[in-house]
Formats: sequence, structure tokens, C-alpha cells
Amino acid sequence: MPRSLEQYLRPGLKGTTFCPGCGHGILLHAVVRAVHELGLDRRELLFVSGIGCAAWIPSPHILADTLHTLHGRAVAYATGAKLANPKLTVIVVSGDGDLVSIGGNHLIHAARRGLDLTVICANNEIYGMTGGQAGPTTPRGAASATTPGGNPYGPFDLVRLVLGAGAAYVARFPVTQPRPLTDAIKRAIRTPFFSFVEVASPCPTQFGRRNRLEDVGALYDRIRDLSISRDEAFGRSAAELRDRIVVGEWTPEDLLLAGGGRVPGAPAC
Amino acid sequence: MAAGCGFYAGYPITPSSEIMEGMAELLPKAGGAFIQMEDEIASISAVIGASWAGAKAMTATSGPGFSLMMEGLGYAVFTETPCVIIDIQRAGPCTGQATRVGSGDIMQSKWGMHGDVEIVALSPWSVQEMYDLTIRAFNLAERLRLPVFLLADEAVGHLHETAEFHDRFETEQRVRGTDGTPFGSAEPGGVPPMPRFGDGANLLVTGSTHDDRGFRRVEEAEAHARLVGRLRRKVLDRRDELVDVERHELDDAEVAVVAYGFTARGALAAVRELRGRGKKVGLLRLRTLWPFPEREVAALDGKVRAVFVPEMNHGQVAGEVRKCFRGELRSYGQTDGEVIGVETMVAELERMV
Repeated sequence: MPRSLEQYLRPGLKGTTFCPGCGHGILLHAVVRAVHELGLDRRELLFVSGIGCAAWIPSPHILADTLHTLHGRAVAYATGAKLANPKLTVIVVSGDGDLVSIGGNHLIHAARRGLDLTVICANNEIYGMTGGQAGPTTPRGAASATTPGGNPYGPFDLVRLVLGAGAAYVARFPVTQPRPLTDAIKRAIRTPFFSFVEVASPCPTQFGRRNRLEDVGALYDRIRDLSISRDEAFGRSAAELRDRIVVGEWTPEDLLLAGGGRVPGAPAC
Repeated sequence: MAAGCGFYAGYPITPSSEIMEGMAELLPKAGGAFIQMEDEIASISAVIGASWAGAKAMTATSGPGFSLMMEGLGYAVFTETPCVIIDIQRAGPCTGQATRVGSGDIMQSKWGMHGDVEIVALSPWSVQEMYDLTIRAFNLAERLRLPVFLLADEAVGHLHETAEFHDRFETEQRVRGTDGTPFGSAEPGGVPPMPRFGDGANLLVTGSTHDDRGFRRVEEAEAHARLVGRLRRKVLDRRDELVDVERHELDDAEVAVVAYGFTARGALAAVRELRGRGKKVGLLRLRTLWPFPEREVAALDGKVRAVFVPEMNHGQVAGEVRKCFRGELRSYGQTDGEVIGVETMVAELERMV
């Protein structure tokens, strides 16, 4: 991370807790850069996280107010803090298991309410900290500590889930595309309603090791190669897009184009 | 609201929903924030988030919702977050009888969280005390930086009677400050000042074991022992100011009733009836349940021959009384969703005097 951004890191820390090859360090950089480029007042920044590797991205690393909460509950804590002090810029950074499995109910209800929260979900497709168990985003067939014969179930499509629940802005980018990722985080923070950024972030220690992707380079190549832009994906069949990471940005109007849904905040006609 | 409450988050549950509906109407008009959350886990989470953002915050619930709040309450204890929880106890266990009375959550409020915690729990017996003790609960929560419980029951919760709203009373203002150690104190039972989000304190709030600045210390034995020890002593060292009991007709009593909540009203009526017949009975009413009034109960030892403990559970407080009273103890537990009748208590006491 360049010197100009070190002012956002908490002094006295000796490195991060992330494993070698983990994508979360890149995401930490993207978050800090987004905050820097937006010129936000650090005193009014609040980072909220849950439990898991990704919950450590803001806490303790970022020098701002941080609230490291219970497993799954980050969005509910963030809701209370934002309502009690609307001047705060509240950014939730946590993992896929935390936000979408144990915290799934809080996530969809926060999206429905449309409060001005930004949720950044680091998706590594597995429970990292607890030892590599399957999560709600683990691909069908993937090996994990709890699916030794391959995951029999399919993953959530987080973009569709959160957009369907009422989010005003949703984006998905992998850590292999740091510039578009940073721009998406900036747009999410600027969005004055509920916004959500899913970040594909590889986990060599748990997902890679269990799925014959021990080589960190190969793991990053996989994420890069699976990624396909919205425009490229348009018109392709479901079979063609299976397991692909469709990247880009979405707004509620996309639901209307798809033939369903009501734009949150718009009067029903 | 008289105590300065500025935030309410909750989820509808009988028989506590009237509190939520009242706050939905009144709090926004007074400049506070109200939100109905998706469940009780979210409710206590939002309360804790709001408290750190600077608001005096509360929720209200009952049995099943109280169970769901346990993980968040443990977080509030460990992160020293002031908040008030009103539990209008109903007939449990489980969904039980939602509209019926019980007082089976006494032990849960103290032992429902995993790990060793000390909390404060108050027990009102009237509409007046719902008001007075809620103010006291906010004051204690802010002064001690911990969750304070108002363990009411359905009978008190749905009681209609006159109450006086005070013009003058003390409200505790949170001691803020940014000395860099919001989670540590030089005193073994000290309460550190509490900055809020937005004060520039770069807070590190975590439910993991932490040092006085908030940095996680998850493998250091000494750090864990020191933190758990201070959080316990914070309450236990102040037991004299926290414990609140009321004594009726105890001076020459041979048998004492130890009661709390709505049951204590009937107990007082039973005591008066028996006094009218010349029987030497008295009442020790517990207005604080946690920390438990051990000394006040122990003071009965040697003064009265026997103690009678009527409860709408099967001996939750009687067990605590047993620990500090060596004489005859008669526990009466009733869990049929009804309040304990005066005549029942009179009949039980007649067997003892």
C-alpha cells in the first residue's frame, strides 16, 4: 500500500492476520483508497463487521471508529448506529458466510428498508476462519470440510438476492480488477440508500487447498478467467454462465428490464 | 423518555408490544429514533449500535424474544455498552401461554448468557415502579456501562392504576472522553469513560477479549482474567447502592415472606390479613434481583424462624434464598399462567405460623 494511504491504517499493527495469497488485503487497499479518493472525514466514518476473516479487514486495520460485532449481526448493529447518528458514514465489511448465511435475514431487511448503509461482502466461497466448511456461496460440487464428496447444493447469487430485496445499488467485482472495484465502492458509499458490493476474493488456505488449486497464482487465474462482464454475459444461456462470475453494476431498473419488481422508493401505481 | 431515552429498537411480542407501540408514537416526536427490526436478535444489535453512536437506548420483549437476545446481551456486557431491556415475563417455557403471567426468566437474565457475567436486574410491582425503575435502570446502565434489566411480569405489564410522573428527578449523563483507554480502568472495579462514534476516538469495539484500548487479546490468560474480573467487580463492588429492598412488618416477625414483582402485592395483602389475626408475619420485598440481596436475606437468619418464598416459577429465587438463610424455607411455585392468589399465600403461611 502506498505511503499516502498509510494514514488510514491503525498505528502499531505488525502486519495483517491474512494468510499468504488471501485476497482480503487487496480489498482492504481498495476500501481505504475509495475513502481517500472520496475525501471523507475520518471522524464521521464507522466501519462495522461481524465474525470471520473478512471481518478483520476494517478491525483493527483501519484507523477510524470500528465496531467488530457478533457473527452475522453487523448489518443490524450498523442500522442502530446510523439511525442514532445519521451524520455517520456507515460501511459494513464482512464475509459471505457472515452476511448471507447467519446474517442473511438482517441483510435482506436492511436492503428493504433502504437506509444509507454500504455493505461490502468479501466472498471467498467458504468459511475460512473456522476451517474450510461449506457456506451459502460455495459452488455446487466444490469440496469443503463439510462437503468432502462435493457440495450437493448451489450457491446464492448475491447480486440478485440483494437487488431483489430492494438495494439501490449493487456491484460485483473480483480483487483481480482493483480499479473497477474501488470505483464501485466509491459509488456505493455515495449512494444515499442501501448499497451492496460483492467482492470475489480467493482463499488459498481453505478453498484452494481443498479444491486442487494449491497454487495461489492458479487460484487468481481462476477468478480472473471465470469473471465475465455484464455486457459479455448478456444473451448467453444459463448453462454457459454456470459458475461464471458476472461482474458489473446493477440498479433497481435492471429488475424492471427483467420483467419484475418495483423500484424501491417509487410510488406504486 | 423521561430518563433521556433516544433510541428504541424492537420486535412485536405479547405481552410487551404496548411499550413498542408507545415508543413508535412518542419517540420520533421527541427527536429520538424508533425502528421495528426483523427479529429480537436484530433489535438488541441495533440498540447496542445506537448506544455506541451516543444514544440512551432500550428495547422491550418477552420470553422467546428474551431468549433470542442472549447473544447480544453478552456482547453488551463484554463491550460495556449501556442499554435497558424490559422483559415482560410471560408463562414459559417455549411459546408457552403468551397472554398469561409468569416469572420464569429470573435465572435466565443472569445465567442465560454463556460465560460469567454480572448484570443488574430490577423488579417492579406497580405502574408507578414501571416508571420509577425504568428511570433508575437508565441511570444505572449509563453509570456502570452495562445492560440493566427490568424484570416485570405480565400482571404488572398490563396493570391499570394511577401513577405520578415526577417533575424533578436525577438523570445520569454518560461520562464521555477520549483518553485512549475506553476499556480499561486503574481500579479493579472501575468504569472507564465511554467515547461515542464520531468523537474522533478511532474506537476499536470488539466482543473478543480486549485490552484497555480495545485491541484483541485472544490468547493471553492475564488479559482475559483481568477483563472478566473487572466486569464482575464493577457490579459486585457496588452492591450496596444497587440492592434495593422494602421491609414490611418484619420487626417482630417469626415468619418472613420473601417476594418480588406482582406476587409481592398479594404477599403484602396476605401478611396484613394474618397480622389482623395476630400472626407474626412480615414481608421482605426484593426490588433488586441481581445482584442478589444476599445480606438483606441473611439478616433474616436468627430473626425469623422460617421464610416463605412464593413465585410464578419453581423456586428460582427460593434457591438463592436457600444459599443465605439457614432456617426453615418453604418454596411455593405456581406455573399455571395465573397470579398467586392472596388466599393461597394465606393458607400456605398458616401452616407455618
